[in-house]
Amino acid sequence: MTAGLWQNWVLPGIWITVQLLVYSAALAAAVAFTVGTARTHRSRAVRFVAGVYTEIFRGTSALVLMFWLFFVVPPLMGWQLVPMWAAVLALGLSYGAYGAEIVRGALNSVAVSQREAGIALSFTPWQRLRLILLPQAVPEMVPSFCNLLIELLKGTALVSLLGVGDVSFAAYLVRLATQESAQIYTISLVIYFVLAFALTRSMKALERRTKRNIGIESPPGLLGGLFAKGPGSDRAEDRLAGTAVAGGASK
Amino acid sequence: MTWDWSAIADFMPRFWDGVLITLQVLVLGSLISFTLGLVWAIAFRAPTRFIRWPVNLVTEFIRTTPLLVQLFFLYFVLPEWGVQFSALTTGTIAIGLHYSTYTAQVYRAGIEAVPPGQWEAATALSLPAHRTWIAVILPQAVRRITPALGNYVIAMLKDTPLLAAIGVLEMLQQSRLESASTFQYTEPLTLIGVAFVLIAYPASLLVRSLERRLVR
Repeated sequence: MTAGLWQNWVLPGIWITVQLLVYSAALAAAVAFTVGTARTHRSRAVRFVAGVYTEIFRGTSALVLMFWLFFVVPPLMGWQLVPMWAAVLALGLSYGAYGAEIVRGALNSVAVSQREAGIALSFTPWQRLRLILLPQAVPEMVPSFCNLLIELLKGTALVSLLGVGDVSFAAYLVRLATQESAQIYTISLVIYFVLAFALTRSMKALERRTKRNIGIESPPGLLGGLFAKGPGSDRAEDRLAGTAVAGGASK
Repeated sequence: MTWDWSAIADFMPRFWDGVLITLQVLVLGSLISFTLGLVWAIAFRAPTRFIRWPVNLVTEFIRTTPLLVQLFFLYFVLPEWGVQFSALTTGTIAIGLHYSTYTAQVYRAGIEAVPPGQWEAATALSLPAHRTWIAVILPQAVRRITPALGNYVIAMLKDTPLLAAIGVLEMLQQSRLESASTFQYTEPLTLIGVAFVLIAYPASLLVRSLERRLVR
């Protein structure tokens, strides 16, 4: 591979992948917290609407949703989405639906007496959520959100099919130019792996920090997630809980 | 732009072909991921770290990199190494391999949940290793993990459209072919979107009821 291909396609591709990840993660987080708390709302109608949202966006494939936003919305609505924003919208909306389940599970795992204490102190529902429920629920969410963020990172590769110049698209172009498939695809897989590794490390730090805020000390782990049995096995429990139900039992 | 039902009617024969291919990929991919995942999970417990470490690294690598890139890797690189598969076979292998690293974690959790007394009892009865696994550990592990495996089958279903990228004639590729010839994008794409929800939602209800029955 020549230096020109590297500078003009692969490096900008990494930057686009990172941008996509940040934008769609922000949208997914907004959707997840809105829909997730709506699913614990006392009004049945609100819970129902949020439930329908989750089932629809979790039920369909992110790629099909992306194609739909890109090809179907323009003739129906009369305006066209830039590929990048169609991609961010599709990723954010569908991974937000998975995130909503995480938020719901974590909110439900906070002890009922905590909510009752809030009522006894005559907090408003918003104050209860902000001051009592969320601070205890967030540390519970972090490991599952870490998994979801990795899924989202992998999901960003789909945008290459809409012609957005991310890492995968760069790999495709470089393959066309040089005919050396093994080299460029190995490089791009390693790029994704490194990005994912950086994400898991920083999310582990975030988890320790949010837990310390509510007085739980967890042991430091340097390369724990990759080689050690301890931290790996608690993630395995999240996996056992499955993609559909996350959070759940308290540690 | 208005909704055109006749476009749906024209798309129907292609749509059913696509559904069949999607289901075929799903069944074969699940079989690959269930068996290979079990192999990984048993290797996680190998007595020497020279097996455990590479297996951990490889599965972590496959799990945290995009299926789409892996698909292209297998599709373009295997022929360079002199291995030639059809797009359908390559896609099924890629999806099975990718999801085997997820099912491996499920098996691992299930195996770890078997009480240690069961291992000790097997040792006390001096059962050979393969008998311990087949007759004692796995029957107890599999019962707990069936719902979690079901969740990954649903996740796999939603990843099958990626195979359209290498030209496998599953649902998405069928709708792209249809749109390319008729210039009707709305109806075929919407139909397959609805089809995914119609398959995935009852399936997730089924998994949920399994979960309630099996995991108490």
